[in-house]
Amino acid sequence: MKTTRVLPVLSVVVLASVAGAAAAWDRGWTDEEMETIRSLWIGELGPLPEDPTNRFATDARAAELGKRLFFDTRLSSNGAVACATCHDPERAFQDGIALARGVGTTDRRTMPIAGTARSPFLFWDGRKDSQWAQALGPLESPVEHGGDRTRYAHVVARAYRAEYEALFGSMPTLDAAPASAGPVADPVARAAWDAMDAVRRDEVTQVFVNLGKAIAAYERTVDHEPSRFDRYAEGLMRDGRTPEHVLSEDEEAGLALFIGKGQCTNCHNGPQFTNNEFHNTGVPAAPGLPNDVGRFAGAERVLTDEFNCRSRWSDARPEQCSELEFLATGGHELERAFKVPSLREVADRAPYMHAGQIATMEDVVDHYSRAPQAPAGHTELRPLRLSAREKAQLVAFLRALSGEGKE
Amino acid sequence: MKGKRIIRSRIMVAATMGVTVLAVAACGMMAMMGTGAEPPAAEEFGLGPRHSAQGAYVAQIQPAAPLAVRKMQSVNIRITDAQGVPVDGAAITVDGRMPQHGHGLPTRPRVTRAHGNGVYQIDGLRFNMGGWWEFRLVIAGQAGADSVTFNLDL
Repeated sequence: MKTTRVLPVLSVVVLASVAGAAAAWDRGWTDEEMETIRSLWIGELGPLPEDPTNRFATDARAAELGKRLFFDTRLSSNGAVACATCHDPERAFQDGIALARGVGTTDRRTMPIAGTARSPFLFWDGRKDSQWAQALGPLESPVEHGGDRTRYAHVVARAYRAEYEALFGSMPTLDAAPASAGPVADPVARAAWDAMDAVRRDEVTQVFVNLGKAIAAYERTVDHEPSRFDRYAEGLMRDGRTPEHVLSEDEEAGLALFIGKGQCTNCHNGPQFTNNEFHNTGVPAAPGLPNDVGRFAGAERVLTDEFNCRSRWSDARPEQCSELEFLATGGHELERAFKVPSLREVADRAPYMHAGQIATMEDVVDHYSRAPQAPAGHTELRPLRLSAREKAQLVAFLRALSGEGKE
Repeated sequence: MKGKRIIRSRIMVAATMGVTVLAVAACGMMAMMGTGAEPPAAEEFGLGPRHSAQGAYVAQIQPAAPLAVRKMQSVNIRITDAQGVPVDGAAITVDGRMPQHGHGLPTRPRVTRAHGNGVYQIDGLRFNMGGWWEFRLVIAGQAGADSVTFNLDL
C-alpha cells in the first residue's frame, strides 16, 4: 500500500549505494515505483482541457493577436511594461527576481505560464479561474501594467482594429471614452469610469475581455516541454529497465527520494509535477510585506470575481462551472495555503516560493527537510531529516526536469 | 474526526487481544512517519459495502470510473438499511480527510441527485494527493442519523 512504502524505498536506496560500483547500472524499480514514474512522465499529460469560458481559446487568429498583445508595452501606463516584461519567454516565462516589477513592485513572485491551461485556478492564491481572467488582473494592477480599460481599448482601436474586428466584430465607438478610465485604484481614472454611461462602460469592458481572451489563446499554446527525466521515464516504460546514460546515479537516487522518502509527490504529482491545488508548507513570511493569507482570501475572491466562469463575460454555461460550484472556502486549512507550482523547469526559476523568499533549490529542499512551523495557519509538512547527500541528490534530480535545450 | 477514533479503537482492541506484534509494528511506523495516524489493515480499505458506525445503514461506493487523483469526479453511492432494503429520501453529507496529512478534500462535494433504489449521486469530488483517505458519509434517514467511513487508497 502506498502509505507504507517508505521502508522498501529506503532499502532500495541502501542497496543501490552498495551496488553503485557495478558496471551495468540497473536501479531495479518496484512495480509501484514504475507506476509513479509513469504518472510523472510528460506522455501522461493528455490533450489540453477545453476552456468553455473562452470560445476563442483554440482560434489560431486569436492566438496570433494574443501573442502580439503579450509583447506590447503600449498596454501599460508608462509605455514600458508588457506581459513579457515579467513573463520572459527566454527565462521560462518568468523574471528571475523575488517580487515582480512592472510600473511598481508587487507582493508576489512571477509565475511561469507553461501548462496554465491545465490548471483550474490561477495565481498563487487561485483568485482567477481562467487564463483570460488571469491575464486581465495585472493589466489593471497599479504596480504591474498600471493602466485601465479605456486606455487599452484605445490601443486596440488604434493598433489592432482590423485583427480585432475580424475576430470579435466591430469595435465600439470610443470617441466619447476618456483616454484613461477604469475600475482601478487610481482615483482620477476611477472617477472618469464612474462618470461614464453604463452602456459605454460595458462596451469598453467587452473590448477588455476580448483582449484577455486573445492573450489566453496565445498562452494556451505555451505547454510543458520534455525533459531529461521524460527521456528516462520513456526508456524505462519501453524497455522495462533503466536506460543508460540518461540520468546519473545521483539523479536516479534523487528520483527515488522524490517519489519515496522525500514525499514530494504528495503535492508535486502527475505529469505537471503539481496537483494544481493549494497547501500551507510553512513558507516563511516575506519581510516587509503585509500578511498574506493566500488561498483563504483567493477562494473568496474567485467566487465574486467580475470575470469568473459564471460571469456575464464568460462563454460557459453555469453548469460548466463546477470548480466554482464545489469550491472549498473558509476554514483554517486555506490560511497561507499557496498554489503548488509545477516543478518542470524549476532549476531555471530561482528564487522560489510565492514571494521569492528562498533563494536556491538547495535551500528549498532544506526547508522541506526541516519543516519549520508556519508563520500563520498550520504547515502540512513533517520533518524528513534528509542527509546532506540525500538533499544534494534531490536537487540533482530537480535539475533533470528542465527542457533538454535549456540545461 | 469520528472515523479516526474508530480505527484507533480497533487497534486498541487488537492489542488487548494479544496481537502485540501488530501494536509494536504500528508504533514503530508512527515514529517513522512522524504523525499520529496509521492506516487500518488492508481489508478495511475499499468501496464497500460497509456498515455505518451504529449499524443503521450499509453503504457502497459505485464510481463510474476508478477513483483517481487530480480529477473532478462523480460517484454514486448506494445505501440500504441493515436488512438490505434500499434507503431513499435520506439527507447525506460528504466529507473527506487525510489523517496522515491533516487536510481534507480540496473541493466541497455534495449529493446532487437521488436516483432512487437507494442510489445517490455525489458530484464535485476531487482528491489532491495519493495515499490513505477517509471518505465519510453522514446519513440521516428513517433509521436515524449515522455515519459510515470508507478507507480509500488513492
